[in-house]
Amino acid sequence: MVTQNPSFVRRDILPPIAPPTKTGGVVHWLRTNLFATPKDTVLSLLALALLVWVLPHAANWLFVNASWSGTDRSVCSTVAQGGIKPDGWSGACWAFVADKFPQFMFGRYPVEERWRPMLVAVLFIALLIPILMPSVKHKAVNAVLLFGALPVVAFVLLLGGVFGLPYVETPLWGGLLVTLILSFVGISVSLPLGIMLALGRRSTLPVIRLLSTIFIEVVRGIPLITVLFMASVMLPLFLPQGMTVDKLLRALIGVSLFASAYMAEVIRGGLQAIPKGQYEGADSLGLGYWQKTGLIILPQALKLVIPGIVNTFIGLFKDTSLVSIIGMFDLLGIVRLNFSDSAWASPVTPMSGLVFAGFVFWIFCFGMSRYSGFMERVLDRGHKR
Amino acid sequence: MAKKIVTALVGATLLGLGAQGASAATLADVKAKGFLQCGVNTGLTGFASPDSAGNWTGFDVDFCKAVAAAVFGDATKVKYTPLSAKERFPAVQSGEVDVLSRNTTWTINRDTALGLNFRPVTYYDGQGFMVRKSLNVKSALELSGAAVCVQTGTTTELNLADYFKTNNLQYNPVVFEKLEEVNSAYDAGRCDVYTTDQSGLYSLRLTLAAPDDHEVLPEIISKEPLGPAVRQGDDQWFDIISWVHYALVNAEDFGITQANVEEMKKSANPDIQRFLGVEADSKIGTDLGLTNDWAVNIIKAVGNYGEVFDRNIGAGSPLKIERGLNALWNKGGLQYAPPVR
Repeated sequence: MVTQNPSFVRRDILPPIAPPTKTGGVVHWLRTNLFATPKDTVLSLLALALLVWVLPHAANWLFVNASWSGTDRSVCSTVAQGGIKPDGWSGACWAFVADKFPQFMFGRYPVEERWRPMLVAVLFIALLIPILMPSVKHKAVNAVLLFGALPVVAFVLLLGGVFGLPYVETPLWGGLLVTLILSFVGISVSLPLGIMLALGRRSTLPVIRLLSTIFIEVVRGIPLITVLFMASVMLPLFLPQGMTVDKLLRALIGVSLFASAYMAEVIRGGLQAIPKGQYEGADSLGLGYWQKTGLIILPQALKLVIPGIVNTFIGLFKDTSLVSIIGMFDLLGIVRLNFSDSAWASPVTPMSGLVFAGFVFWIFCFGMSRYSGFMERVLDRGHKR
Repeated sequence: MAKKIVTALVGATLLGLGAQGASAATLADVKAKGFLQCGVNTGLTGFASPDSAGNWTGFDVDFCKAVAAAVFGDATKVKYTPLSAKERFPAVQSGEVDVLSRNTTWTINRDTALGLNFRPVTYYDGQGFMVRKSLNVKSALELSGAAVCVQTGTTTELNLADYFKTNNLQYNPVVFEKLEEVNSAYDAGRCDVYTTDQSGLYSLRLTLAAPDDHEVLPEIISKEPLGPAVRQGDDQWFDIISWVHYALVNAEDFGITQANVEEMKKSANPDIQRFLGVEADSKIGTDLGLTNDWAVNIIKAVGNYGEVFDRNIGAGSPLKIERGLNALWNKGGLQYAPPVR
């Protein structure tokens, strides 16, 4: 006999109820992450107090009080300082950055020729983005265009002197343009050269091993600032009178060789980490040295040292600002140079310029860092922890 | 000891190359390449700095333009090489620059051992002190025990040490590498006294939060005659560089300005006629290796000395430096030019 819906049996499904506050929601997150123990609570409150204390001041200085437009120092200085702001005013002088922005980007590159670096930048981005995306095909063609064709095109476009383009000498180049040229060349030369040096240092051929070791140890033993300084001050004294080697070229060679030595040691670290069995496995398959290295060892070793490689790239990117000591004006150099413009000299000008330069450097470095994190995930083949 | 050997070696190298460069005919070289290569500061307010369009402007830069105007009749035919304090002398020695116009103090060591030639003093400077008014100090001799902000690696630092030693005063130097760091340290109150050349004190005022709370002490503790430098051994080029400055000063003396130079050519004053090269059979420029209207070209390009001064560092600029020692000799200053005759 079938019971007809006894009153103690539910006929409909219970509506879901929210999880207890102890396991979900904002309150739970706060409790587990910020206020789990008395010690955590105290630290969280202190941190919060610090933020409340600092952030309004920073936001005020950076945005609210900031001076956004103007043509000279008067908009960035108080009445007592010879400007128009009320006494006691202090805020960022973005008007200075806005007025000098073209210079910060291109240095003293002639105004009517600035479409040339712009065009190079567009080409660079158009070639860089596809090569950074693993899903896009034709990597080989892309790489040849980016590392083979683009430097030639960029060299002709930027320097000019042919095809009716006016000649623009390198002392006029500056700003972000120079920073990016130095970094791009440094990065694209140092990786292959670093791989060669790392392999050379682990080679069984004594001469190659010795030369690689000497190069790495000598270059790593000298500060970059010394290399640049020697290249800029001593070199002209040893050359015949009137003969000069382009300063930008000197810096490019110095920075590239310098970064290569560091890169070599990073990559050697990766090579050391590959178990001997991998080499022996490759040997037993009958692979030659280059096949073994190219197909078995390097793909594993390079993947292991991605953080180290990117670390070197980021270091190199920031080291490029050292060229300002040899009278070249990279982004930081040109920002500092403009502090001396009496039309803009004010108490807040240097700080504003440096905040701007720091922000631009940060954008690029953070971008590189994020991309390396992405590549580590893409290339992850069982080493993840 | 090792340091001495290195110094001697570098000195010998410099001298050797100086001698080697002695025969170079700079004027011919400059004319052949079509532009003047001028060494300037890597950024000094009022003397060499980029304007909003990125063009070099300033007192030292105008001197480069004046030389270019004298040689080519065209003040735009200059290329600037920004040089740091350490780079500047090798750059002249190696011929990288034709003239150094970079607020460089004329000293016996630089004039002799370094193989350079200095002549006209374009700007008489001297080291001074700035203090907060609240300290109630009226003389540098009351500064015993003070913390002094100073830029390292400069003659300023050495003069400071000498001055305090001579007067038996104690002080704590607070040194920085970059000028803007010294400025902000002083403004933030990390030291009681700021010392640098007087022209630097004027530009410091522009970056102080409360400029009226500070004052400059009366003592000037050093002589800093600033002027252009060239390589030793090329007398013709040395003469040209010197007379470019003398032309600027003479023009102010005669009352010739950028605006009235064409009118002045018609002046009945024989001195002015001779100076502007309009006298019959004039050899005023050809004797220098230039054209006879070289002075006219200079004045058309940058104006006279007073105009250059006013525009870049004087009353017409944010710096507002007083003429002081740099006034003409007949107005209580030291700027004196030999006659054009």
